[in-house]
Order: sequence, then C-alpha cells, then structure tokens
Amino acid sequence: MGAETRDIVISARDINKVFNPGSDEEVIALKDINLEIEAGEFISLIGPSGCGKSTLMRLIGDLLQPSSGELLVNGKRPQQARLDRDYGMVFQAATLYEWRSVIKNVQLPLEVMGYSSDERRELALAMLDMVELGDFAEHYPWQLSGGMQQRVSIARALAFDPSVLLMDEPFGALDEFTRERMNLELLNIWRQTGKTIIFVTHSIAEAVFLSNRIVVMSPRPGRITEIVSNSLPYPRDFNTRVDPAYVELVARVRDLLRDAHEVE
Amino acid sequence: MAAAESGKGSSWKGRLAWYFPTMAIAVGVVVLWEVLVVIFDIQQFLLPKPSAIFSEFWQQVELWLAPDERSILFESSGATFWEAFGGFIIGCGSGILVALITSRWTIVSEATMPFAIAANSVPIIAFAPIMNNWFGITNPASKMAIVAIIVFFPTMINTVRGLTLVDAEELELMRSYAAKPADIMLKLRIPNALPYIFSALRVASALSLIGAVVAEFFGGPRATLGVYITQEASAFDFAKAWAAIMMASIIGIAFYLVVLYLERRLMPWHVSFREGG
Repeated sequence: MGAETRDIVISARDINKVFNPGSDEEVIALKDINLEIEAGEFISLIGPSGCGKSTLMRLIGDLLQPSSGELLVNGKRPQQARLDRDYGMVFQAATLYEWRSVIKNVQLPLEVMGYSSDERRELALAMLDMVELGDFAEHYPWQLSGGMQQRVSIARALAFDPSVLLMDEPFGALDEFTRERMNLELLNIWRQTGKTIIFVTHSIAEAVFLSNRIVVMSPRPGRITEIVSNSLPYPRDFNTRVDPAYVELVARVRDLLRDAHEVE
Repeated sequence: MAAAESGKGSSWKGRLAWYFPTMAIAVGVVVLWEVLVVIFDIQQFLLPKPSAIFSEFWQQVELWLAPDERSILFESSGATFWEAFGGFIIGCGSGILVALITSRWTIVSEATMPFAIAANSVPIIAFAPIMNNWFGITNPASKMAIVAIIVFFPTMINTVRGLTLVDAEELELMRSYAAKPADIMLKLRIPNALPYIFSALRVASALSLIGAVVAEFFGGPRATLGVYITQEASAFDFAKAWAAIMMASIIGIAFYLVVLYLERRLMPWHVSFREGG
C-alpha cells in the first residue's frame, strides 16, 4: 500500500449531458466534465443556478445517465455502484417519511437491504447518537426543527455504511446560524467515518469552510471553470472563518464565479 | 385559553368551551324552527314541528326497547345500514384493489383514469331501476350494487392519485437504495396513499347511505328507510317520515365518525391531527 497513491473513487472523463436532445428545448447541462475524486476527499461543487452542479451529482448517483463520456464509481459503472449500495444521499429537503418515527426513518435503508431487526436497531441508534439525536428516536419528523430533520437525513444516509455520501444543497433551507453549526457537525462526521463526500452548494463560505477541493462551475453550458485546492488545516472551527487564508480563498472563489458570469 | 382555542385541551371544560358554539347553533336552529312553525301556523304536511318529530322518534325508540314490540323504523334502519355498509365495503375494497393493481403499470392506470373520472361524473343512481331488474327489487344486493358502484370510482381515483403523487426525491431515495418494486409499494406508495384513501372513504361513507336510501325510493322491501319515508309521506304521516330522515342522518354521521376514528388510529402522524396544528 503506497503512501502517496490513494484510491480513485470517482472518475469522470469527457462527460456531456444534454436534456431533450434534438428538440427545441434542448439544453446542454454539462459539457466536457473531467474530474477525479480520491477516497476520503470532501469535494464541493459550486456555481450559479443552471451550472449543472446538481446534474453532475445525479449522474454520479445514477439518478441520471450521461449523454456521452465515461463515468466510473469505485471502478464500476454508476448503475452497478448504486446496485451495490455505494451511495448515501442527502437532499435539500430532509425527505423523511412523515409516517415513520425518527428511528424508523434511519432504519428504512436497512429494512430495504434486508438487515435483521437487531442490526437495524443497533445501527440506527449508533447513527442517531453520532448526530446527537439519540433522545429523539421515537419522535416524528414534524416534531423536529429543520436542522434536526437534516441530521436525521444524514444519519439515514450513513446507516448502511456507503462509501460515498452525495449531498445536494443539504443546508440550503436552513438559517445561517444553524447552517454554520451543521457545517461543523458534518466535518466531525466526516472525520469519524472517513467517507468520500460530494457536496453541492451555492454558498461560497460553506464550500471553502468544508472541502479539500472546490469545483467551481459556470452555466450554459455547465462546465468546470476551475478546481480550487483548499489546504486550510483540519480540524476547522469557528476560528477558521477569520483566518486570512480562509478569507483569501473565499475571495478567490468569488472572483472565479464572477468571471464565469461575465463570460456570458 | 390556548387549549380552548385549539379544541384539543385535555380538560373537559376546555372541550366543552370548544363545542359550545356548535351546540348553541344546533339548539338555536331547532328552537327557531319550532317557533316559526307555531307563529306562521305552518301545515304539518309542509313542515312538522321538531317536537312532533322528536316525540315520534322517541316512540319508535320505546317500541324498539320494549321486549315484545317491533319498531318498523329501527328494522328499516338496520336493513338500510347493511345495504349501505355492504356496498361501501365491496365498492371501496374493489376501488382500492383495482387502483393497487393498475398503478403497478403506469400505462394501465393512465389509460383507465379518464374513464374512471368520466364514470365518476355519471349520476349512477339512475341505474337503480336496472339493478332492481338484475337482482330483484326486494333483494338487498340490488341496493348494495348501486352503492358499490357509486363509491367505487372516487375511491379508485383517489387511491391511484395517492399511489402516484409521490415526492420525486422520496422515490429517488428508494432508487439510491436499489429497492425492489415491492418495497417501494409497501414502504412508500401505500403509506403515501393513506391520506388520499381516507379522504375518499370519508366521502364514500356519506355517499353510501345516500345511495342506499335513494335506491330504495325506486322500490325495495317494506322495512327499509327509503321505502318507509316514501310510504309515510304518501300516507300524510309526516312526523314519521321526518323521524326516518332524522334516523338516516344519525346513521350517516355515525358512519362518518367511525371512518374518521379509524383514520386517526391508522395515521396518527398526519398533519391534520397534530397537537396545536
């Protein structure tokens, strides 16, 4: 095991995605996307609406199929990776099933995947403890705040120990304070679990605070403008946000996004 | 005070305060009715006094409770209730079943929905004389058939909606788990459809009694509410006819409340039953 060569979890080569090809409503959502993501990386996809960041995440998660190009996840086609349950997904809405209690929601993937009821309970409780909601196991989703619901959603996504966590603007609907606290918690979870996280956001501060690398995208057609490396040391905390290096990175990403806009 | 406002206070005083306006309106309407009938000297065949209707109703209750007497009104009510209930079970049951089967294949449910919606706007009660021919005028099956057809379409349509109008991301979640179609049906589509099904069942509970009584207007056994009402009305015994109408209302409301109770028991999570919601 070489210390320098890390496993490539996601490899995208010349990916194009066209919606409604050949019709009047043809939209080139993604153009010539090349990206490699290593195991255990925290990658943010950032860009304005219509830049294809969510589409790219959906291609990786096999919720959509690319029009051309080669996409591999853990060396497999995305469909195979999905069938092997390599993905945990978190959406902007917590998408908890309202008829299930918190613990039953976390157990949902485990039920579908045929875990025994003892395993389900044990794993779900461990996940709820990790997101600090152990005391709310028997509550129903509507009894929780938005931030708590999203933590349940993260616990559910990690319950079956997938290698990749796909997050589509998971904190986009939360207020600023809750969002910053959730960012800290997510970094904690990332450190505990070592998952590869792909995080779609349109918050520059969030992207810089969280990730190893920031994939800056531009719209019409959706392209990668630049991939910004972020060497701010972990663990990151509230002090990180006042670190000059952090402020500089935020400014840099903002400039890149502005340039992308002015190209139009 | 908050408890009284939300109507969900635990104390009986709070509940009483919540129901008081409703009760007051009910009592007020009955009193006004009585007073107007007396003041304007309204003929009893146009509108009997509530007191006359209540006393007729009470007489029937006494007959029913007496060991060696018979109450035609109560016998009729029982017969009509069973027609309505039987039709409700058959119609709603098959409506849900057909919806479950057709929704398995999107093409089939999309092809059948326009017909179901069209059939739902047809005055199905008009088939009552035909059903009398098919099953026999005194056979309860002729009324059950009408009720079943009436409740079938709204139940089926609502169930199909509930099974298909599933949040896209909730479905994607199942897809990301590589869930089997049976799991998606049992763990997502059916729970999602429950509120739709129950709202159909509530409507169907009222429709089933209406269907049974109106179907009986076209003829049926002596001891049924529809026949009872037509016969007493043509015999100018209007207090009896009104007592029967009152009975039909009580059964209809009771039926509705039972469905509502089941709904609360089966979907305690639902937004309409949340504390202070």
